[in-house]
This record gives sequence, structure tokens and C-alpha cells, in this order.
Amino acid sequence: MLAAAPRLRAVLMRLAQAVPVVAGVVVISFLLTRALPGDPAVYFAGVAADEASIEQTRVAMGLDKPLPVQFVHYVGDLLQGDLGQSLSSGRPVATDLANRLPASLELTLTALFLAVVIAVPLGVLAATRPGTWVDHLCRVLVTAGVSLPTFFTGILLIYIFYYLAGIAPSPLGRLDFIYLSPDHVTGFYLIDAALMGDWETWRGAAEQLVLPAATLALFTLAPIARMTRAAMLTALSSDFIRTARAAGLSGGTVLYRYAFRNALLPVVTTLGMVFSFALGANVLVEKVFAWPGIGSYAVEALVVSDYAAVQGFVLVMALLFVTLNLLIDLLYTVIDPRIGFDAQ
Amino acid sequence: MLSVRDLSVIFQTRRGVVDAVRGISFDVAKGEILGIVGESGSGKSVTSYALMRILDAGGTIKAGEATYSGIDLRRAAERDMRDIRGREISMIFQNPRAALNPIRKVGHQIEDVLRQHARATRQDARAKAIAAMEAVKIKDAAARYDAYPFELSGGMCQRIVCAIALACDPRLLIADEPTTGLDITTQKAVMDLVRDLIREREMSSILITHDLGLAAQYCDRLIVMKDGLIVEQGDPLQIFSQPRHPYSRKLVDATPRAGASVRDLLPVEIRAPEPKIVETDKPLVEVRDLVKTYAGKSGPVQAVKAISFTVHRGQCVGLVGESGCGKSTTSEMLVRLMDATAGEILFDGDDIAAIPARRFARDPRRADIQMVFQDATDSLNPRHTARQAIAEPLRRLRRMRGAALGIRIEELAGLVGLPLPLLDRFPHQLSGGQKARVGIARAVALDPKFLILDEPTAALDVSIQAVVLNLLVDLRAKLGLSYLFVSHDLHVVRLLCDYVIVMKDGLIVEEGRAHQVMSHPQEPYTKSLLAAAPKPPERATPADQLEIKNAQYTALHDKRAS
Repeated sequence: MLAAAPRLRAVLMRLAQAVPVVAGVVVISFLLTRALPGDPAVYFAGVAADEASIEQTRVAMGLDKPLPVQFVHYVGDLLQGDLGQSLSSGRPVATDLANRLPASLELTLTALFLAVVIAVPLGVLAATRPGTWVDHLCRVLVTAGVSLPTFFTGILLIYIFYYLAGIAPSPLGRLDFIYLSPDHVTGFYLIDAALMGDWETWRGAAEQLVLPAATLALFTLAPIARMTRAAMLTALSSDFIRTARAAGLSGGTVLYRYAFRNALLPVVTTLGMVFSFALGANVLVEKVFAWPGIGSYAVEALVVSDYAAVQGFVLVMALLFVTLNLLIDLLYTVIDPRIGFDAQ
Repeated sequence: MLSVRDLSVIFQTRRGVVDAVRGISFDVAKGEILGIVGESGSGKSVTSYALMRILDAGGTIKAGEATYSGIDLRRAAERDMRDIRGREISMIFQNPRAALNPIRKVGHQIEDVLRQHARATRQDARAKAIAAMEAVKIKDAAARYDAYPFELSGGMCQRIVCAIALACDPRLLIADEPTTGLDITTQKAVMDLVRDLIREREMSSILITHDLGLAAQYCDRLIVMKDGLIVEQGDPLQIFSQPRHPYSRKLVDATPRAGASVRDLLPVEIRAPEPKIVETDKPLVEVRDLVKTYAGKSGPVQAVKAISFTVHRGQCVGLVGESGCGKSTTSEMLVRLMDATAGEILFDGDDIAAIPARRFARDPRRADIQMVFQDATDSLNPRHTARQAIAEPLRRLRRMRGAALGIRIEELAGLVGLPLPLLDRFPHQLSGGQKARVGIARAVALDPKFLILDEPTAALDVSIQAVVLNLLVDLRAKLGLSYLFVSHDLHVVRLLCDYVIVMKDGLIVEEGRAHQVMSHPQEPYTKSLLAAAPKPPERATPADQLEIKNAQYTALHDKRAS
């Protein structure tokens, strides 16, 4: 069966290649969290603790054992799907992440969707009309997008739309307290609310999402628009565009079927990179909008040396990146027949 | 059918306005094949793009008229032009692989054109595309329909480009250097096909080329262009035997052909006597059972299959064959940039194949074996001046510094005829011929014994090729060099080489004295190569030429007087 489905086999091969990466992440995240300054036992024993009670906490947390033993325990738990207990929240890390990851994903994906919808047409337009007002608008937007820090854009948007205009809801999390959060199916509020048919909640969740997503979109828009413009300019000056024009093909066909599809490859690459750093770097946006995502969770855990939570976060992110890269590789082969799986 | 009057095309560039075409007039009659010949920068391609109105950004038709069957091509609406392109006038291009959309099936690309011009519907597009492929003699067209350009050979890609161009039965076909970059036999096959189709469908055609020989062979009438102007037009035979304009004469002279010596390529005024070359029978390089095997996707690929030959001191050996025959692999192994799988390369009696390519850079014999690369532009570091490029081997292998280095560089520049002020220019500030000289100066800087020339003139215009070939002959005589000359151009090999090796599929199929192999080939493959080379018309005898020259002189005076 595998021989008959080369693409399936290639996907499995790629997955197999991801195993050492994940194993490496497990080891490194374990060692790095141990190398962090600060003693979690001191922190969790409380302010009034004496030597004895700190030692007691240390033994309870298993931190008195040598590193290799701690690691074996960690991996053993991991294999059973147990990411450990978060000491600061008191809940299993797996549960915490399952609650918070969808929030981050919903925010990032919406932002990325917005960014693509604006940036790609803008880049195409700028490339087809270099030197015109569209091109200049593209340049201004790109420069603004990369040069304004997200926390600043976020606060600016809150100031304008919440404080001055009053059209946006208060920037306090995923849903205003007047709504009940929808039943947990996917963890994406928009999808869950739609599944329940609760359109009022859906609206509420969407309203909460607009400002943080716009903030993040403005930031991620820049690289996508720039790359689209550059890739389109390259594609449009290729020989095959001249052939297509000489054959009398219409402007639309030349632009989309010939130039744009060839320009997609670098755009998709950029998209993958942008998604990766947006997911990791939206901590600031999450903080500004009190968004209960994994970025803010990880930062809080890091501050108190909450080993299990930090390791869980790093591991989940690594898995996410591996999946993302696999998806992008698959997308390449769909776009460009020249890229064979054999070469990898 | 097509009438062009005083056509001028300008380009807006950063450095101001450039006149690419400066007022040219010509006609193409029904059923006629018109050749436009000129070197790079002559405006021949720009003319055709202007007619199709597909000039690159910044280019505009400044003045003049172009009328096709009563339609004003200059003023027609873009929508009308789109109907004309592909249906009335269509084009085929050089570098066919790049001229096709790399990520679209070739069948779909043909369908796009058919659908655009309403020659096919969704239902019958596939069948009509396959028919269009069969019309350009693509075997097994139904199977090729689903291929992507990268899966096809260069010749096959050019057939697809032809199929796209001819799918809607246009009346005029513009072929812009259609065979540049193709092998010589493929070139002949493609040109014969295009000519037959044009004749069969009673189309007209414009063939744009830098190859005067090719144009003369396939065209009814020729136009010679230089710097955006038409300098001469007329019958190919007449242009070849009695070129009236000095520039056409220079081009005709520079075209390599049977029966001409390398000096004959130069304009009469600068022809010096040919140097005496001493060929010995002492072997310099002996290749024995040389093998190169690559690991391919489906098992090992034998690029070179146990070949043996000898290059004697002072000899020039030509290595001829089509792409994929193993000639480049062989030359790379000889220059010790690639390791051989098996076999010996005896240089002055020592086996240098035993030294790994990685370590050969430090071997004292590195200086003895040097190479001149195919593309003079790509083989120079764009951030190094000519001086730095020539200094590189001297610094590294001779440890030359300071004044001695400067003296040697200027000596070398004098040797290859590179004016000294040009030494401090960067490659992009030099012309093609000047870059070729820098490449040659770099190769001979260390007084090598053996020089490998990998198609050193393939990217050059014919008149510059003529100069560079003569330079190579002079250097060989002056420095006592031995050459291995790798080329697919048989005329050039005939001019330069004493001995010829013909390769095919990694094997030597024929070898012998150059004039022997060229005039009495024994193997069918060699015969087919020779048959495929363009044959320029016979030249008039020197006596005739002298007479013409006088006549032309008088004519010129008459004209001035009037």
C-alpha cells in the first residue's frame, strides 16, 4: 500500500524525521528549565517558610533527586500523556494548555487570515503598478506595521475604539462577562458558539476578537505584503510571462494563473515563518487585551520557575511547529510539481 | 502583409532615455520568411516586441507606423491587440524551458491559448491541444500532455512553445532566436519543422537571430541591424557574397564557415599573418580509461564510460558532442575540479587523477592546468575589479605581492589586449569581449602548460568571437600552450583544432585529425552533427570581393556627390 501511495509514504517519512526533533526538544527544555536561576522550592514554600519546610517542599516536588532520575520520571510521565502539575495554577499542565492553546490559536489564525486577505492583494497590486499610489500605500503600511510595537498599536486601538469611540467592548479577555462561554468542543469560541447556534455569544466573541486580531494582523501584514510584492515582480519579469502575453492571454489569466501561482512559493514560506513567530510573540498582545492565551501563561510560569508548565509550553510549541512545517512542505508539492518528496 | 515605417522605440531608464530602435522601415510579404540579423543591442528583438506591443516596462514606441493587414498595430486598443496576439501574429522565443510556465502542465498551457481565442471549448480543448502537439511532430502527444516543462528536453520544450504559437493558426510567426541554447541537431530539427510548417500553412515569418549562417539558410530575405538601424537588406546570397555595408561585411567575415582560416574571421584591415604553431608528438596529457559515475535517482548514471585519449605538447584538441555526452564532465575531471570514478590522467607522466580534487588546489601542478570558463560574466566575481580577478591566482599560487604583482598584471593585460585603464573596472562595466579577455588573462597568469577552454565564445557575438578566437591562436603560439577545446560548434572547432574527439553518451565515437574528421567523417553520428551545422552560402572569390569593394567605393562617392 505504501509503495502505491508515494505521497502517503512521504508524509510518514517526514513525520518520522520529526521524532528526533521532538526528542531533542524534550531534552533541551528539561535542561534549560533546570538551568534557570531561582529555586522553585523556595518560591512555593511561601514567604514564611524556614529551612526545614523548604526542604520538605523540595522533596515533595522531587527536586532533591539527581537530574537523570528527574528526567526519567519526566519522560515516563510524558509517555502517559502527563505533562505534570502546574504549581502556580494547581491544575495539570495538559488541562491548562488545552484551555489556553485554542485561545491563542484563534487569535493568531484570525490575525493571520486578516493579514493575508489584506497583504496579498496589496502586494499583487503594488507589483503590477510599481511607483503608483498603491505601491506607496503598500510601502507606508509595511513600514508602519513593522515599526510600531504591537503593545503600542494595541493600546492605541483600545484608546480610539474603546475609550474615545466606544464601539469596541472592554478589552478584557475572550468574552464579556454577560455571556456564558460556549460548550468546549474545539475551544475556538467562534466555532463552538456557531455549533451551538448561539449567535449572540458568537457576536460577543467576535467583537472581543477584532481589536487584538487587528493589532497582530498589522504586525504580520508587513512581511507578507513585502514578500508578495517581490515575488510577483520576479514572476512578472520572467520569460514565460512574455510568452503568455505574446499568445494573447488576457491580463487576468497572465496575472493569476501564470504569475501569481509562481509567486506563491515564497509567499507560503513567509506565511509559515510569520505564523511561527506570531504564535510565540503575541504575548504582548495577550497581555494588553487580557487574552487568556498560552503566551501569557508561559511567561507567568517562567517567572516563578514553574518547570512543568514551561516544559509543557515548549513541547507543545515544538509539536505545533513540526506540524506546521509538514503542512507547508505538503503545500509546496501541491503548488510546485518540481519539488519532489524524493529530494527531501 | 506587415509594413513597418520609421519605427522608433525608446526606453526610459534611470540613466535617461535610450534609443533602442531608431527609425526602421521594412515589409514582410505574404509567405515570406524575413531574417533580421544583428548582434546584441542592435534592437532586433525590441523591434519584434514593439510590433506585438509587449515591450518591457519603460519601453514605448516613439514614432513610426506598423500596419498588419490594414490594422494599425501602434494605435490598436489593448483588447484588439490581445486578439491579434496568438491568433494573427504569434511568437516563439529563445530559451524554451524558461519561456514556459514551469508549474503548469504543457497541455494546459496550449489549452489556455485555444480557449482564449475561442478555438476550443471546455469539452474539446484537450483533444485540440493534443492535435496541436501532434502538428509540431511531438510523438506520443497524449502522454506528453500531462508533462511539466522540467520533465521535457530543451528541444521538446521548443516544440511546445511552437505548438502554443501555432495553435490558433496565426498568419505571421515571429521567431526570436528560436534555437539559441539548443544542440546543433535539435536546432536543425526545430528550424526544419518551423520552416515546413510555415510553408505548409502559407504563413509569413520573421526570424530574428545573431547567426548569419542560420538566417541565410532559412530566410528568403535578410535585414542586417546595428544600433537600432537597418544597415543593409537584401537577398541572403547577395549579402553573403557581396556585403555592401562595412558592418555586414564584418559580420559575414566573422561567421565561422568551411574553408576559412581563423584569420579570415577578422576584418581585412586588422588581419595579421597567422602565427607558426609547433605541434609535437610528445604527450602532455594522457587519459586512460577515465570513468565517471554519478549516483542518480534510479541507480548509478555513467556520464563518462572509460575513455582514453592523448593531448600532445602544443596541440589543440577539440572535444565535440551534444549536451549530455559527457564532454563537460570530462573537462572538469581533467581540470581537477571533479574526482574520477576510475581511470588515470597522466600529466607529464604522473597520474593526477589519484590526487583528490579537494587537495589539488595546493598541488604545484595546479598552476600548470588552468581553465577558461564558458560564461565570462558568471565566472568573474562581480565585486572584484579586472585587476583583482587577474591577481587572484598570482597571489595565491605565486605569492606575488606589491610592485611585482602590478607589473605582471599589466604584462598580462597587454598580452590579451585589454587596455590598461579597464583594469580597475568591475565586470558589469566591461563588454562581453573584455570580460572574456579578463578570463583568459586569469587563466594564463601562471604560465600554464595546459588550458581547458569550455565553450569560451558560446556567449559572445560573432564579431567578438572572431577576435577572441584569434587571441587564443596567438596565445597558443606565443606561450606554447596546449588546449583542450570543448565546444558544440563544429565550425569553430575546425578553425582552431588540430585533432578532434567526438563524444556521444559518454563514449568516444570518432577521433582523428581535425580536417580528416570534418571533411571525411566515418561514423553516422559525426555525419549527422556535420549535416546539422548551418551552412552559410559560398563566398565570392577574393578577386570578386576586391572588385565589389571598388564598386562600392565608387557608389559611395556617387551618392555623396549627388
